[in-house]
Amino acid sequence: MISTSVTRVTVALPSVLRRVCPTAEVPILLTLTTPARIRRSLLLALGVVLLVLLGTPASHASAEPPAPGTHLGSLRVQGTTGDQEQEFDNSIGGVLRGAAGPLAGVTVTVTGNGFEGETTSGANGAWRIGVPEQGTYEVGIDEDTLPEGRVLAEGQENPREVSFANTSSATTLFLFGDGITTQQTPFLETLAERALAGFSFGLLLALSAVGLSLIFGTTGLTNFAHGEMVTFGAVVAFGLAATGLPIAVAIVLAVVAGGLLGYVQDAGLWKPLRRRGTGLVPMMIVSIGLALALRYIIQLFFGGATQQLPGSQSEIIDVGSVSISRNNLTSLAVSLVIILVVAFLLLRTRVGKATRAVADNPALAAASGIDVDRVIRIVWVVGGMLAALGGILWAYYRPGVSYNMGQQILLLIFAGVTLGGLGTVFGALIGSIIVGLFVEISTIWLEADLKYVGALLILILVLLFRPQGILGRSERIG
Amino acid sequence: MDFGNILVNAFGELISPTTAAYALAALGLAVHFGYSGLLNFGQAGFMAVGAYGYAIATLTFDAPLPLAVLVAILASVLFAILLGIPTLRLRADYLAIVTIAAAEIIRYIVTTNGLTDITGSANGLAAFEGGFFGLNPFPVGTYDVGPLALNERDLWIRVVGWTVVILACLTVWLLMRSPWGRVLKGIREDENAVRSLGKNVYAYKMQALVIGGILGSLAGIIFTLPRGAVQPANYATELTFFLYTCLLLGGMATVLGPVIGAMIFWVVLSLTQGLLYGAIEIGAITFLSNAQAGQLRYILVGVALMLLMVFRPQGVLGNKKELAFA
Repeated sequence: MISTSVTRVTVALPSVLRRVCPTAEVPILLTLTTPARIRRSLLLALGVVLLVLLGTPASHASAEPPAPGTHLGSLRVQGTTGDQEQEFDNSIGGVLRGAAGPLAGVTVTVTGNGFEGETTSGANGAWRIGVPEQGTYEVGIDEDTLPEGRVLAEGQENPREVSFANTSSATTLFLFGDGITTQQTPFLETLAERALAGFSFGLLLALSAVGLSLIFGTTGLTNFAHGEMVTFGAVVAFGLAATGLPIAVAIVLAVVAGGLLGYVQDAGLWKPLRRRGTGLVPMMIVSIGLALALRYIIQLFFGGATQQLPGSQSEIIDVGSVSISRNNLTSLAVSLVIILVVAFLLLRTRVGKATRAVADNPALAAASGIDVDRVIRIVWVVGGMLAALGGILWAYYRPGVSYNMGQQILLLIFAGVTLGGLGTVFGALIGSIIVGLFVEISTIWLEADLKYVGALLILILVLLFRPQGILGRSERIG
Repeated sequence: MDFGNILVNAFGELISPTTAAYALAALGLAVHFGYSGLLNFGQAGFMAVGAYGYAIATLTFDAPLPLAVLVAILASVLFAILLGIPTLRLRADYLAIVTIAAAEIIRYIVTTNGLTDITGSANGLAAFEGGFFGLNPFPVGTYDVGPLALNERDLWIRVVGWTVVILACLTVWLLMRSPWGRVLKGIREDENAVRSLGKNVYAYKMQALVIGGILGSLAGIIFTLPRGAVQPANYATELTFFLYTCLLLGGMATVLGPVIGAMIFWVVLSLTQGLLYGAIEIGAITFLSNAQAGQLRYILVGVALMLLMVFRPQGVLGNKKELAFA
């Protein structure tokens, strides 16, 4: 460790630090520690947010939050099997839709693994059946219950096998009508479509990855609890939306709550540990303990089921010859804007430059008048906010909110960060986009349930051939 | 609330085959982390390799028991070597990320539908334990072990499981007091110093990874035999984290620490479950359901892991001087 920090000094000093402290005067960065009263009010605010979240029985009692005016109700199962959705964590669903509009009142059956379930499609053609465990099920529609003149399109298997791909919900689409057949889309079009989806996925990974990378850069901590910070954002957004708040307000408040979680984590746990001089490996194991505790605390209040945020089903938009769902496109735009803002803050503001200086060499940064603790606190707050936003976008991308959703992408976030170079912010951005593209494009050839394997394999291969990542400095890491 | 019953259940956990499997896997982690300083977060992967290696050899290739165990061990050796080549030169945190990724790759591969014929995908495999219970020397009947009444199958798996644990402890103890073990501990303390003495650090680390991995794969077999089924969901990253909790409870650079840690882990889980369920039953706790009580226990595991790491990183038995991190 000592040898690495010595080499860092020579690299860090000329570039970043000189820009941070052009003259001897550094009073702006030398703030006093935050007054206790502000800290107390922040903690109080978090407490209020938590109370609001936990005080909503709807969050685990009903499958859908009451949100008039949105097409949320589309997932409501009609008929007697409506309760099955709440009994089980996993479900199979889809939308029955012909050329002329949705098909209502069609009987759908699911059998397999010793389970049998039946439901009828709702007014908007949607149906969903809860199943006890993930696995392969036979799904069939009763063609006698189809409306007059509607038939299954040619080549549509009925009944068919549906399998879960590591998520708690599986979807299958039946196509209807004459002449509507599954066309073989040209390869380039498929590729472009997957690439666009992958870009959207990569950017939402990047939101979380940038936070993780900043935290690693400034404190050296490999934070295994980052996945839970991602989940936290989505769960808070869901809880607030369930109280009847508009979803946009709920998202903003959830992002603020994510920042508070970051602040509380740093103030209550990581700062005292840094004071004690705890090593990096013990801190990493502490973060694992924190991840377990947070995950099960979220499950305790949220339950094991997958819930949907308002507006989780959106129409498909055609961009040129490529189609993408409106939510994916919005997610892409939002993450792009936020990442550009973060990049601007890092490159152009004093706090941003100070952050990069601390990442380069904390001791030297402190010696040149930067309040390292303050920078780290800001990094935790920003990291928490970015993770929360990433979690909300991830909830729309999957789609669904569940207690272990963050854990599912934690390793992809790590893959993005490592690929770009641990501790480098722009590396994390590029690495995450590559991981997102790779995951989505690989589904052209790979089975969907293996799509994460490719990303994890790149992680291992990168460490084999270029362990410092794409943008990392080639220092000794062994 | 039936305190007698709760205590009997807790005693049952003390000698259960799952505890034996955890002890064995945690012992493997002690070899990796405690003695060699390798931060292996993929022990669940090694257990999966052992369990699936055994089950697939038995079901797909009709292998007899010794051959199936051999296949499982060889598979874990292969996995250790494949994992070790790219990672053993890396810093501890990189090693942690890569090993956890490798374990997840194993889990995704055995879950994929494309290999359902071999691995049974998400439902896993079952009915491969016949060969093991066919060797059972105990006649049919009920056997009293303390307050527990076990049938001949329960007794047989416990006897075998804990015999393997004792033999493994003995082996690790002998290895670690040998010159080989001293080199390993030297690598943990200062890799460069050992390298300057002319030792091949890379080879020593690889050997440690292989030995700990074999213990992990044996643990995987013992874990899956009494269940009669192997399912991918059992081998998620959380399993590794629980093993680390056991290891840190007992003491990471000790032979008996992982065993005692696993025992404490399961006894405490059983006691808290019994007490919580009992309190819910008599109405003392009304704000929790049974399922939530189960989750509360795992929150306690997470908190315990954090507190242990902060306040007593050497565990119950350990020596603070012998930590893999200073």
